[in-house]
Amino acid sequence: MAGNDSNLVDLGFLDARIKLIDIAAFLDRLDRHGQADDYRVDALRKAFAELDSREAGRASRVLDALSDQTEEPIEAAELQGAFGAPPSTD
Amino acid sequence: MVSRTTDDYMALACAGCKAVNEPAFWAGYDRASAQGFYDYFRQITEYEPKRAAKFCIDHYCWLCINPKEAEDPGLAREVMALIPEFLKKPNVLGIGEIGLNKNSRNELMILEEHIQIAEDYDQLILVHTPHLEDKLKGTKLIIDALLNHPDIDPGRVIIDHVEEHTAPLVLEHGFWAGMTLYPESKVTPNRAIDMLEMYGCERVWMNSACDWGVSDPLSVPKAALEMRRRGYDDSFIDRIVYSNPAQFMGQSERFALK
Repeated sequence: MAGNDSNLVDLGFLDARIKLIDIAAFLDRLDRHGQADDYRVDALRKAFAELDSREAGRASRVLDALSDQTEEPIEAAELQGAFGAPPSTD
Repeated sequence: MVSRTTDDYMALACAGCKAVNEPAFWAGYDRASAQGFYDYFRQITEYEPKRAAKFCIDHYCWLCINPKEAEDPGLAREVMALIPEFLKKPNVLGIGEIGLNKNSRNELMILEEHIQIAEDYDQLILVHTPHLEDKLKGTKLIIDALLNHPDIDPGRVIIDHVEEHTAPLVLEHGFWAGMTLYPESKVTPNRAIDMLEMYGCERVWMNSACDWGVSDPLSVPKAALEMRRRGYDDSFIDRIVYSNPAQFMGQSERFALK
């Protein structure tokens, strides 16, 4: 099986750096255009805390933070798509 | 692969692909009648195997009305009534991709009825889990629906499109977990390999999404390359991209790799 003989930082650092800067630029862009007040952006901001966590399982917890946590089926599907974050309950 | 060109079949053949399995899925629009599904089922059981065979690739498929079109129970039941006739076709592996899309009551009811068809006809099951924010809740509802059928063997069910938060739920109940690779959304090759490291290699497969959206039939070979970069050996890669899928699909007497 092996695995992880390679230097994973060498393999993944630049890609992670690009993605992090992209997120920062995305937030700047929303601010410039006055579009930061959106429930999806709020959900992203709440999930950011996981990036600074020292505990394994960050990806799973980010996904949980961006998931509908209700348990009952909805009455009817009025649309077919998804938006990436549940509607705000605030 | 009704949504792909012959160039994609050529690329797959050159990458060493021996067989593809194609779920019945959404056409990008809602079909207006059961007759549209009849024609579609003919396409994936009669014509598409011939198209794949020109590239020395075996073509298998799954049958259902997919969850995106399951909100209308009347139409869904008309379509489900067509399925037994097509289960006799030699390239049909089972019922799929059934599941949920928006986690509605009608979707859940039609899912239950599909599971019953699979049970009645002793078929393998391929399950689609919802997208994005709906995935976690939908996966839990789907698992509950499957567990309501004690005669369904979890080892004959693959629940697809798992991510880090749903893979453990699927695996701990004895189901197979499918990781669908996409270039832009869902799971990337590196995340899929991460899940293998976290959750193990038993009852897991990877598949390349080949649909109407941005998707890449070579995602699995590209994931194999990523595994090699990360230091995994040939036997490990072979197990993930070849042996595991063959083990699951081989539970159908129809499946035979040449």
